[in-house]
Amino acid sequence: MHKKVIFRHRWLPYALLFPQLAITIVFFIWPASQALYQSVLLEDAFGLSSKFVALENFIALFEDPHYLGSFKVTIVFSVAVAFLSMGFSLLLAVMADRVIKGSMAYKTLLIWPYAIAPAVSGVLWFFMFNPTVGINAWLLRQMGYDWNHYLDGGDALLLIIIASAWQQISYNFLFFLAGLQAIPRSLIEAAAIDGASPMKRFWTIIFPLLSPTTFFLLVVNIVYAFFGTFGVVHATTDGGPYGATSILVYKVFNDGFVGLDLGGSAAQSVILMAIVIGLTVVQFRYVERQVEY
Amino acid sequence: MIENRPWLAVLSHLVLLVGVAVIVLPIWITFVASTHPGEVLMQAPIPMWPGDKFLENYALVLGAGVEDAGGVPVGVMLLNSLIMALSITFGKIAISIIAAYAIVYFEFPFRMFCFWIIFITLMLPVEVRILPTFAVVANLEMLNTYAGLSVPLIASATATFLFRQFFLTVPEELCEAARIDGAGPFKFFIDILLPLSRTNMAALFVILFIYGWNQYLWPLLVTTDESYYTIVMGIQRMVNVSEQLPVWNLVMATTILAMLPPVIVVVGMQKLFVKGLVEVEK
Repeated sequence: MHKKVIFRHRWLPYALLFPQLAITIVFFIWPASQALYQSVLLEDAFGLSSKFVALENFIALFEDPHYLGSFKVTIVFSVAVAFLSMGFSLLLAVMADRVIKGSMAYKTLLIWPYAIAPAVSGVLWFFMFNPTVGINAWLLRQMGYDWNHYLDGGDALLLIIIASAWQQISYNFLFFLAGLQAIPRSLIEAAAIDGASPMKRFWTIIFPLLSPTTFFLLVVNIVYAFFGTFGVVHATTDGGPYGATSILVYKVFNDGFVGLDLGGSAAQSVILMAIVIGLTVVQFRYVERQVEY
Repeated sequence: MIENRPWLAVLSHLVLLVGVAVIVLPIWITFVASTHPGEVLMQAPIPMWPGDKFLENYALVLGAGVEDAGGVPVGVMLLNSLIMALSITFGKIAISIIAAYAIVYFEFPFRMFCFWIIFITLMLPVEVRILPTFAVVANLEMLNTYAGLSVPLIASATATFLFRQFFLTVPEELCEAARIDGAGPFKFFIDILLPLSRTNMAALFVILFIYGWNQYLWPLLVTTDESYYTIVMGIQRMVNVSEQLPVWNLVMATTILAMLPPVIVVVGMQKLFVKGLVEVEK
């Protein structure tokens, strides 16, 4: 893990590490430990005194229908974002891997949503689905569907799913394309000589060989949907209508800053931390396994 | 191409064109909306071809801002975003490269411990520790400052890992030769390691600039003074105006301006961007 030829110096390595460690401790580890600490305290309404309540904040959370509802919304949301975005990207990547002419041009045209902030992507789709002026809402009305994400929770959830999935397409596309290009051509050629159709080759050879990429992207997409989409929700639906789009990161912000419920917000933070740690461990386990072969 | 199936090639192009349309149409509609006078955008269907108010709308938002958003000129928000994005980018690269240097090239007590502390930051995104981090920044009196916007986001496990990984691939002989020639740790770092890391730094620059520019939650928390608003979080104030309809043409002009800098970076430095993206996730 480090070089054989090394320097010895009494203070230099610490000085080099100091800025990184100082920021980490002040802005990461200290606040995280504060969240842990506050999550077991109950503060009175004026913030004057607090008492130790052990797991009461957590129990209260899991008895709160709003929190459970938020959990459910988050799960539906992240699964939908991951599948929609990955499915579409995989289709595009397979096609881009096939074409000979213009593949660079397609690549350039497909990668730049990565640069667009989730919040901005939210605003784009918010505009297109706006019930009065939006082009998509207008088209839907022509087809007989009255779209209104201000009133209909399902419409609102679909709106943030589409906006979030759209922003993630380019990322998934790039990794799927890289994964496809790493599959040895000889395997596919052999299958073709044996008479396997393109469809059959995809499902029996390409897709299984692509599974490490797919799994990696699945974790990344879930992490993105859980933690990276705050902007999409906050800039568009504000968690509404009636909590239909109140995903967990939005709720932790809303309860803490708008509702000023310190203990509850801290408990939510702790739960979210547990989820990130779980997902990170899964991701690294997988990376390690990939390194082995 | 494995075998010649013309219909399949046609299908591939068709699917890709649909994909490009899905990506490009939202941007096109936004751009078109930003070039029309406000009255045109009051009722659907809205035009699909640019209007004649391009210069007026953009000059208005850049100079004066949208009144319902508190009238912050978008020019100011763009500048704030630029300052924040660049501070985060350069800050992250600077502190990560020296931290990785210490970890790879030095032997000292608590080396692994330091490494793990840095690693932990991966598991603690701002979103999961919102309130206490806000409290820390408030106590340090960093609310409504550029330092408050950027310093807390500067620590980075991924950049440190990237440089560590890269340093491990630098041949041992290089360091050995430098030491025989009498170079100390400073000289070796500045004269040999830094020039070698140039491509990695550039690739990281692209990724981190986008990351910094697109921050949303953090500026939302630490800025209450409008003169420190960044553009990505400022748009939200224009969309969610209370009791009236958003001024869509101006909002859309702001949206285009908000996405322009990172898009230029990605398209202009495509190779570095792809390299950076793949390396960071490794």
